Amino acid sequence: MLYREAGDFKTSYQADSQTFPIAFDRWRYWAVLVIAFCVVPFFVNAYWANAILVPFLIYAIAAIGLNILTGYCGQVSLGTGGFMAVGAYACYKLMTSFPDVSIVIHIILAGGITAAVGATFGLPSLRIKGFYLAVATLAAQFFLVWMFNKVAWFYNYSASGQITAPERFVAGVAVTGPNTAPWAQYMICLVFLTVCALIARNLTRGTIGRSWMAIRDMDIAAEIIGVNPLKAKLTAFAVSSFFIGISGALFFAVYLGAVEVGEAFGIQKSFLVLFMIIIGGLGSLFGSFAGAAFLVLLPVALKVIGVDVLGWPTDLVAHLQLVIVGGLIMFFLIKEPHGLAQLWRLAKEKLRLWPFPY
Amino acid sequence: MSADFLYGIEVVINGLMAGVLYALVALGFVLIFKASGIFNFAQGVMALFAALTLVGIMEGQVPFAHLINAVFGTNIHHFGWQVPAILAIFMTVLVMIAFAWAVQHFVFRHLVGQEPIILFMATIGLAYFLEGVGDLMWGSSIRTLALGLPQGGSLWVEEMTSGLGGDDFYGFFIDKLDMVATLVALVLVAGLVAFAQYTKQGRAMRAVADDHQAALSVGISLSYIWVLVWSLAGIVALVAGIMWGAKSGVQFSLSLIALKALPVLMLGGFTSIPGAIVGGMIIGVGEKLFEYTIGAPYLGGATENWFAYMLALVFLVFRPQGLFGERIIERV
Repeated sequence: MLYREAGDFKTSYQADSQTFPIAFDRWRYWAVLVIAFCVVPFFVNAYWANAILVPFLIYAIAAIGLNILTGYCGQVSLGTGGFMAVGAYACYKLMTSFPDVSIVIHIILAGGITAAVGATFGLPSLRIKGFYLAVATLAAQFFLVWMFNKVAWFYNYSASGQITAPERFVAGVAVTGPNTAPWAQYMICLVFLTVCALIARNLTRGTIGRSWMAIRDMDIAAEIIGVNPLKAKLTAFAVSSFFIGISGALFFAVYLGAVEVGEAFGIQKSFLVLFMIIIGGLGSLFGSFAGAAFLVLLPVALKVIGVDVLGWPTDLVAHLQLVIVGGLIMFFLIKEPHGLAQLWRLAKEKLRLWPFPY
Repeated sequence: MSADFLYGIEVVINGLMAGVLYALVALGFVLIFKASGIFNFAQGVMALFAALTLVGIMEGQVPFAHLINAVFGTNIHHFGWQVPAILAIFMTVLVMIAFAWAVQHFVFRHLVGQEPIILFMATIGLAYFLEGVGDLMWGSSIRTLALGLPQGGSLWVEEMTSGLGGDDFYGFFIDKLDMVATLVALVLVAGLVAFAQYTKQGRAMRAVADDHQAALSVGISLSYIWVLVWSLAGIVALVAGIMWGAKSGVQFSLSLIALKALPVLMLGGFTSIPGAIVGGMIIGVGEKLFEYTIGAPYLGGATENWFAYMLALVFLVFRPQGLFGERIIERV
């Protein structure tokens, strides 16, 4: 009854091309933003921030990044972990080299550096396609992790080989370091996620996003109708890596605080983010959020059910989790290859006609 | 001949043997890819699962003991018998065939006609699933595979070759296990080629690899062939699992050799069995030589982690279909 276009007249081009053409969607969008910004920070505690909210926000940024590359531009990448590591180490080097500059600028610069690295590793995509490219991105993953392990300059010659985030403030509030309040962690991630999602949304529905999708659907045909594959593929790699770099920087500086590269940004991370966009939905921003939420919540939920309620040993629950994640991925690919986002789309279609479907 | 040069040769020989082991895993990939167009990421986990199953059966472990104990509060772990190796291998083969049937019946039958990339992702899901099942069935501790395969360096080779160099050269150090693995790999490849060339099923398999629709039209059952191919890949995985398991223990890292097999495939081409072998050797020799000449002295070592991928990447830029792959023809 609420969810329909009827009666919602557009009187300007601006209104006609807005992100949410249906009034209910607009209200829902603002309501989510208000709750996220003005309600949650007052109620968030350390457990919720650390176990659920902060990882969700950070993974959502990474998933948006990978979704741009894989979902919108059709280039499968298994190098997400490596690119997140670039963001984290760039952020660390900037933080320790220029302690007077705001961390926000460091994180954005870290994204920029990752974008440059990502575009470099994207160059082979002009020759190599499909699986071959997926395997080629593994080169980035393993090489980058190896490099951050071996070159001591990246971790400032620390004995442990770890990088540790020094304390930094935004507007007088600590956002990194051991004394960070949960709400401050939450807020800085939320701000970055909101901005990233806005940028991604507007990029994907503009010229550049259309050229990505043309390349995804059929690159030769796209080239014939005048899409420059060099430009489209490299921008996709750069933009995607920019987001992934930001998420890597946040993951290190805000969420973990101290990072050992092989452990935090190994190949498993690449798969995790890939699973997020598969389960969430390829080529959908909502899917990035849904997939990130799902795969952050699933282990927590399983742990609560398995360990706390049923009293099973933790390693058993960890094995079950593998089975369930793997099974779900196959299930989704069989039943709904377009992921949770497609379910959401179907629900909206149904809602439009409700209560009088034909 | 100088000792450095001779040690270089030793590195090459060891690289060749390591390459054979990579090729063993890569073979399983090629089999499935040729017949069904599925790029089976789970091949490494299949090797792990097969090796785990073999150890579990040999030791008479109760499958899913951990889970059963947690659910019913019992405390069972072993049947209390030992199964001889030959029988255990036979039973593991049966398990892998059952697995092949289940994969075909429950997963890939429903994904026929999907895009290759979707199939690929499904196999990643399958890899996770199988890894979890393997851990649930047999536990996740590191196992040793007691098949009685020869281990350690071969003294005979060392003595025979020590006369080649001067006083600072002590002969080639070659692991006996690597030699066994090479022999087994050769037998396996010969067997597979013979199977594909001279048996009815093998010919049907090649027909399916050639053209699905044409094969269907002459009465070949696709689903039967796919189960057959997955079973063969399962058996190849078992062999690879035995070899790698005997080398470094049956543990999770075994599944990571699948990742090592990927550059081998890219180099050799996804559709070529000789390509898998030659690619494996190139990668094996390349990464060992690079580590020996450049990696360890100048770059701080452990370059084996990424060198194979870089080599494959550079190679692919010049020849996108790999060494022996079919030419990629794209049409609008």
